[in-house]
Amino acid sequence: MPKPLEATNDFVVKFANTNGSGSASANELFARAILRMGVPIAVRNIFPSNIQGLPTWYEVRVSGEGWIGRRGGVDFVVAMNGQTWDKDVKELEPGGYLLYDSTKPMPQSKFRPDINVIGVPLTEMANSRYDIPRDRQLLKNMIYIGAVGALLGMDHEEMVKLVGEQYAGKDRLIKPNVEALGLGRDYVLEHLKGKCGLSVKRSDKVGDRIFVAGNDAAALGAVYGGATVAAWYPITPSTSVAEAFAAHCKRLRVDPETKKNLYAIIQSEDELSAIGSVIGASWNGARAFTATSGPGISLMQEFLGLAYSAEIPAVIFDIQRGGPSTGMPTRTQQSDLTLCAYSSHGDTKHVMIFPQDPHEAFEFGALSFDLADRLQTPIFVMLDLDIGMNDWLVKPFKWDDAKAYDRGKLVSYEELEAGKEFWRYMDVDGDAICYRTIPGVHPTKGAYFTRGSSRNKYAKYSEEGSDYVENMTRLLRKFETAKKYVPGPVIRQAKQPTRHGVIYFGSTSAAMDEGLDALEKQGIHIDTLRVRAFPFADSVIDFINAHDQVFVVEQNRDAQMRALLVNEGAIDPARFISILHYDGTPITARFITKEIAERLKAFGKPARTKVAS
Amino acid sequence: MTYLAKPKFRHPSLEKNERGFTRRDYEGSISTLCAGCGHDSISAAIIQACFELNIEPHRIAKMSGIGCSSKTPDYFLGQSHGFNSVHGRMPSVLTGANLANKNLIYLGVSGDGDSASIGLGQFVHCVRRGVNMTYITENNGVYGLTKGQFSATADRGSKSKAGGTNTDSPIDLVSMALLAGATFVGRSFSGDKPQLVPLIKAALSHNGPAFIDVISPCVAFNNHAGSTKSFDFVRDHNDAVNRLDFFEGRAEIVTDYEPGTVQDVEQHDGSIIRLHKIADSYDPTNKVATMNYLATHHEKGEVVTGLLYLDPNPKDMHQLLRTVDVPLNRLGVKELCPGAKALDTINDEYR
Ligand SMILES: Cc1ncc(C[n+]2csc(CCOP(=O)(O)OP(=O)(O)O)c2C)c(N)n1
Ligand code: SF4
Ligand SMILES: [Mg+2]
Repeated sequence: MPKPLEATNDFVVKFANTNGSGSASANELFARAILRMGVPIAVRNIFPSNIQGLPTWYEVRVSGEGWIGRRGGVDFVVAMNGQTWDKDVKELEPGGYLLYDSTKPMPQSKFRPDINVIGVPLTEMANSRYDIPRDRQLLKNMIYIGAVGALLGMDHEEMVKLVGEQYAGKDRLIKPNVEALGLGRDYVLEHLKGKCGLSVKRSDKVGDRIFVAGNDAAALGAVYGGATVAAWYPITPSTSVAEAFAAHCKRLRVDPETKKNLYAIIQSEDELSAIGSVIGASWNGARAFTATSGPGISLMQEFLGLAYSAEIPAVIFDIQRGGPSTGMPTRTQQSDLTLCAYSSHGDTKHVMIFPQDPHEAFEFGALSFDLADRLQTPIFVMLDLDIGMNDWLVKPFKWDDAKAYDRGKLVSYEELEAGKEFWRYMDVDGDAICYRTIPGVHPTKGAYFTRGSSRNKYAKYSEEGSDYVENMTRLLRKFETAKKYVPGPVIRQAKQPTRHGVIYFGSTSAAMDEGLDALEKQGIHIDTLRVRAFPFADSVIDFINAHDQVFVVEQNRDAQMRALLVNEGAIDPARFISILHYDGTPITARFITKEIAERLKAFGKPARTKVAS
Repeated sequence: MTYLAKPKFRHPSLEKNERGFTRRDYEGSISTLCAGCGHDSISAAIIQACFELNIEPHRIAKMSGIGCSSKTPDYFLGQSHGFNSVHGRMPSVLTGANLANKNLIYLGVSGDGDSASIGLGQFVHCVRRGVNMTYITENNGVYGLTKGQFSATADRGSKSKAGGTNTDSPIDLVSMALLAGATFVGRSFSGDKPQLVPLIKAALSHNGPAFIDVISPCVAFNNHAGSTKSFDFVRDHNDAVNRLDFFEGRAEIVTDYEPGTVQDVEQHDGSIIRLHKIADSYDPTNKVATMNYLATHHEKGEVVTGLLYLDPNPKDMHQLLRTVDVPLNRLGVKELCPGAKALDTINDEYR
């Protein structure tokens, strides 16, 4: 028997439940209580595509150091689901803890000799205290939370306070929930004292950070960014973007006097219609967006080509999930990169931005509308289920009131009236972005005809090869111009000079930060670059060229980011080493650390070799 | 093909409307459709209707899908913004445009392939959302632009030019529109301008989803014997339930008809549609009776035309969504952005 694990503010607890059992709110309360104790956490919800009865897990990473990615491995499992018992037991670290419902005896063979088993007769406790079956089920969850809290030496009062907040307005629910928490705690204090070497100790490491999900943040970004029209079709994991937008608008976008709405939301009949309405609204001068996931983007292809070609702004939040086809609807991936980058038939390239967490989901969510107006083209905000649907502990949202919206090159009534010349597809400024007018702008000037078929710079129908080529090359130049406006990469130099670099993006960042720290502790130094947008800034290509070998870490099978880098940077594919994680769970720090360390070892080159100068 | 600018000389005698526009001001580029195509007559009727309604051209946004019919917005209202979108998806684009600015007049032009085949779903959903628009299908029973295949409105048993027979049952867009909740539904014939022009005028003045199915023969692919969308067939089987005059609110109405033969319907904006009854006891404000009438007469192989249904007090999408009076596309950072202080409060709620 290995030594029981001992750690303070640095361990992973995993709750194994079935969905529909009401465990989610209890588990979340546990997590929030740790936050209230000033200790940073990272939570991951792993749930099925189903409403009731299938396995679901809730992982709480407790990290005094403030790592907000997944670490990998589990130190304490609360095994409430018989279906996944074996898997849950297997996953536990040696010396880890297993809490289970000991109402019915479990055969010894169901445990592992190298773990610590903690039995609490949860069902018995709930049944003897409560009469109504639904109460028994729901309050059993609170009993185990009370027990786990006590085992970890948590401040019971923080949990009690949170119950009060959670049920504010439904006050009659407070008492039984608080009581159930107490039942769990008392059982531990009486029978299991000193059984657990893991503990949560009050700290001040949370600071002013906020705990929020990326979809909620992105929707708030859309409110701040001035979106007035949203058209969407329900699909996991993007639905909560639209729902959060509606909730934020209800609060922040209703005219106080007339009680009328400063926004319009359409639940479209499908994704084709959703993007069609976004394009129609943007064409007509409103800021509009849709939120969807891979299958939705697949359906939108033809329209995305129209928006690219006719140069119409549009914002698409793509909350990526496991594909292809229905794939893994409730699991995370970064596997829509090539789909979005080259959406539609014909030659196209689309702008993508990659928030790394909910903080950036808000920031980029707002920014995307400026980019769409400035560049007159679709902007993909590439989120994923991990960022979108999990609460993350991140820096608070920031907004600068001095900032005006960038509506791009719009010709106003006054300018037309003053005789300003206007041709819709004429590159007047040399940056390949042309001027546009909003329908109805002026009684006699500024009207033009928008079409997906080829046209000349006066917006007139043309099948002339030279007109077509002129336009298509201008669109390429416009893509170059986009580099100036999109968020640049974040580059970090290792403490020691190195020939190795690593490129990553999006939700991988959190685990990456921790992985790099771990590698550094092993003496492995790597320069890093976080991609924040496509098209790639020149500095991305420079970074690759400055290193012998560049790891590209991504959460898909086909190394899609690498493919984009090879393609757009005309780079020798041999320079890249792909680290791929695509089982649908969020990538972990341990996975990254192990993969990079092993690959470097396989090269047979000491990673610490200094570059000859 | 290169673009040919239309010579814009103005004949001094060109009549002006109340706003000072001539018919020319409502025209567009030169049509590239086949000579004799029904669609060109519809464009002419649209021009006439807008001229007579004194609409300022820039107050109209014209939208279409793909097809010969969908090309036509280029050939009328050259001073209006236009959007030739993708095949079958104009309704969603129009819906979005309408959301952005409730104050423009939205004119959707489509074909039977565009609206009844590839775009049937969008057509129905757009109507059921109550989008304030005039939606015209230029219905020839075939895909003109792809050279004469049957569309979903082709009648069972009708013959194609190439000699095939259509075996599928037809979709009647008028019935679809009624079922989906259109509050103005009409049908007409591209060859019947006196009926079509007032119908378009009334539709443009209607404050809700107005749909007009216009039978518009394709002279290249569907105007032969055996077709049920040819000029001859429609002339022979036209069952007009009424003819109409359209009066704007302020116009003085002179009654010179026998009592019982006319029915005046006042629309939301005060405009009046005067119906000259042809079919006995046809009441276009009775939806169920309308559906019955349509079904019965379709069985007989007749093409029922006229103003078929009207709800004079419709609710449009913006009323249903309770949007502010100012068009959404006019709102700026001041109205839309809650600002840094509100964000502090929001941040606190996430702690
Ligand atoms: C996605 C897609 N599929 C097919 C086509 C080819 N296409 C162009 S027009 C058309 C049919 C148009 O028929 P209709 O709407 O009746 O217009 P008409 O030409 O008869 O006026 C088709 C199938 C297309 N443009 N886009
Ligand atoms: S093919 Fe038919 S629908 Fe098309 S322009 Fe010619 S006549 Fe009109
Ligand atoms: Mg047709």
